Amino acid sequence: MEWIYEPWPWYVSGPMIALIMFLLLMVGKNFGMSSNLRTLCTICGAGNTADFFKFDWKAQRWNLVVVLGAVIGGFIGDQFLSMDTAVAINPETVSDLKSLGFESAGTAYMPFELFDISAFTDVKSLAVLTIGGLLVGFGTRYAGGCTSGHAISGLSDLQLPSLIAVIGFFIGGLTMIHFIYPLIF
Amino acid sequence: MRTVSYLIIGILFGITMFKSEAASWFRIYEMFKFESFHMYGIIGSALVLGIIVVQAIKLLPIKSFYGEKINFSPKAKSFSRYMFGGIIFGLGWALAGACPGPMFTLVGAGFAPILVVIVSSILGTFLYGLLRNKLPH
Repeated sequence: MEWIYEPWPWYVSGPMIALIMFLLLMVGKNFGMSSNLRTLCTICGAGNTADFFKFDWKAQRWNLVVVLGAVIGGFIGDQFLSMDTAVAINPETVSDLKSLGFESAGTAYMPFELFDISAFTDVKSLAVLTIGGLLVGFGTRYAGGCTSGHAISGLSDLQLPSLIAVIGFFIGGLTMIHFIYPLIF
Repeated sequence: MRTVSYLIIGILFGITMFKSEAASWFRIYEMFKFESFHMYGIIGSALVLGIIVVQAIKLLPIKSFYGEKINFSPKAKSFSRYMFGGIIFGLGWALAGACPGPMFTLVGAGFAPILVVIVSSILGTFLYGLLRNKLPH
């Protein structure tokens, strides 16, 4: 049982994700996490402002339950299934991140600079988290899905739109890391 | 009963996201630097198995656990919305280091500032809803 406390290798994690997609199909649903963001907008009353949010959100309750499970799963993974959560990223990535000012690279699960409680009082950290979130929320709905909906579900169904979206994900991600990060950090 | 099954699937998903480190900001950064196979291995192996699963469901008489037909709805044809939307999502994915599934897992793992990402991603979705008719689709 020692292995469970170690980070799971890709050949365990990937098949687990395929299993999760399979289980959702077998209970008659589709794997796609970002549609919950739209449902949450509707619950908050966005239907009064834009027709896009006028839909029967109760039909999407099942997916909110999946989200609740994802929160609980994060708690279980962190509290009961891990000893040391430091992520062993490539030493080159570590030195690169240190030169950008991320001192916690290689010793933590998330960078302290952005995800420690002190980030709430740091204007730059708050700006990064806020702008990142805005882009994620806007982009995922514009593209009609995120990593789970397009990169896993859509590509598994050999859908061309999902391939275009995933190529877009990488154009955006590579642009951010290689051209914009050095300007911000 | 069905609700319990959604909850269990969600818990499995959350544990997988945390333990695979796919929820770690560092892994996302490393992926876009092409300095590790880890994330590509996760997505790639999920995809290979996913294709097999979906094609098997389509070709074989496999019904859902409740005996219903399993439907796959083709996505609307377009280039601009998937490309532009995809690029915007990618910029955010790399900047916040979190996508819409793992960001909820990180709440459970106790990283409170991820709530800022979640709230602003809901706002971002709302902004899309407001501007939808003005965007190329």
